[in-house]
Amino acid sequence: MTETAIQVKDLRKSFKDTEVLKGVDIEVRRGEIFALLGSNGAGKTTTVKILSTLLRPDGGTASVCGFDVQRQPGKVQQSISLTGQFAAVDGILTGRENLVLIAKLRSISDPAQVADSLLERFGLRDAANRRAGTYSGGMTRRLDIAMSLVGTPPVIFLDEPTTGLDPEGRLEVWKTIKELASSGVTILLTTQYLEEAEQLADKIAILHGGKIIANGTLEELKKLFPPAQVEYIEKQPSLEEIFLAIIGKKEGN
Amino acid sequence: MKNKTGVLFGRSMRHILRSPDTIITVAIVPIMMMLLFVYVFGGAIKTSMDENVNYVSYLLPGVLLMAIASGISYTALRLFMDVRGGLFARFSSMPIKRSSMLWGHVLTSLVSNAISVVVIILIALIIGFRSSAGILSWLAIAGIISLFTLALTWVAVLPGLTAKSMEGATAFSYPIVFLPFISSAFTPTETMPAAVRVFAENQPVSSIIETVRSLLNSEPVGNNIWIALAWCLGILIVAYMFAMRAYKQKIA
Repeated sequence: MTETAIQVKDLRKSFKDTEVLKGVDIEVRRGEIFALLGSNGAGKTTTVKILSTLLRPDGGTASVCGFDVQRQPGKVQQSISLTGQFAAVDGILTGRENLVLIAKLRSISDPAQVADSLLERFGLRDAANRRAGTYSGGMTRRLDIAMSLVGTPPVIFLDEPTTGLDPEGRLEVWKTIKELASSGVTILLTTQYLEEAEQLADKIAILHGGKIIANGTLEELKKLFPPAQVEYIEKQPSLEEIFLAIIGKKEGN
Repeated sequence: MKNKTGVLFGRSMRHILRSPDTIITVAIVPIMMMLLFVYVFGGAIKTSMDENVNYVSYLLPGVLLMAIASGISYTALRLFMDVRGGLFARFSSMPIKRSSMLWGHVLTSLVSNAISVVVIILIALIIGFRSSAGILSWLAIAGIISLFTLALTWVAVLPGLTAKSMEGATAFSYPIVFLPFISSAFTPTETMPAAVRVFAENQPVSSIIETVRSLLNSEPVGNNIWIALAWCLGILIVAYMFAMRAYKQKIA
């Protein structure tokens, strides 16, 4: 077992005339939460698609758990699980049926038992027999992430897990991801929200213009900044804090 | 890589059972069409036909093809929803044989269309359809209708994979649904103007309709069965090639 879960070297990809990835290097260690931070169109999803065997790179190499994504796609697929940009759940099936479906596709011996334990773990037991199409945004995303955990793959890709969610939903998902991290799974998540990377990630890489322009822990990235100057400002509550206070939910609970 | 066609087939069959509109549109519209032709237009049409012709039996093959043509648009729709909703990407990133995804939908199409066909035949029996066909003829009918369904299903896979909108995914089926109208499905072609008649007698569904009709009436099928098979196989091969190309472009 190597210590490196994801290794990307000089990864290149173009679509028609647009060069999206111009030599991306990433190294994610086992058990790390790694955030790929970048604005829309920076190439985050392209990177995740290449790592999850959905796209072929034009140049460079990428490997997951020591398996090359081009030469050993089957081995990579066994090691990963992809939670795409839009919650990929089957809205016509119930929450439980969605989990059972994935368990059967992964040839797991006791699909029903796996489904039940994940429903319990993700707080979806009461909604288990409702069609996933009736779930709220946060619940849908939780089911989506639960589906990614079926078969306990060692590496999980979360592509913009909170995009399009309301503040409550986003907190729900953050909580879920933090819990995942403690289980020892390696997570590569992409996000365009700085706060999300700050909240969740052990390591952060900033993808901009097709290249990684900064890479490190939050502490390391902070050092790239000029030294802090002390200023006194009056703290105003943000609308988000007001909203959450009124509806009785506080961050982190 | 494990083949998971069975699991994915079970999933989309469940979709069909839970979306009553699928069943209604696929079976009810052709049934209404059949009732309309038998009880409204049928009297007038029959005056130009031989007196011994059973009109319900005459139009049944055309009605079945219309049902199948509208049935396959749902295959395109279901595939489109999988692509748009991200399930297609999710399944593609899993350690399963990728062709299982398409075959799951194709099998679902075959089974659900077979159900519609049986329902329509039962209704036809109630309103007077009779056939002298033996077991071998019925097997031949089942074979040719299945082949037609398979060919059109692969036609449906292409818009299902490549469409940009829900309407785009299903619009292709309208011309196919209406194709039986410009054929010998409901009326003999003799009274049509020359240009229309040439089209009506040489378009793909005519040979299939004539073949099925001959089999139902225990009459010799002649060359029609070969023309029908050639059309079905030709459409199947071309559609399969285009669908596979679109599929490979979608997924590395």
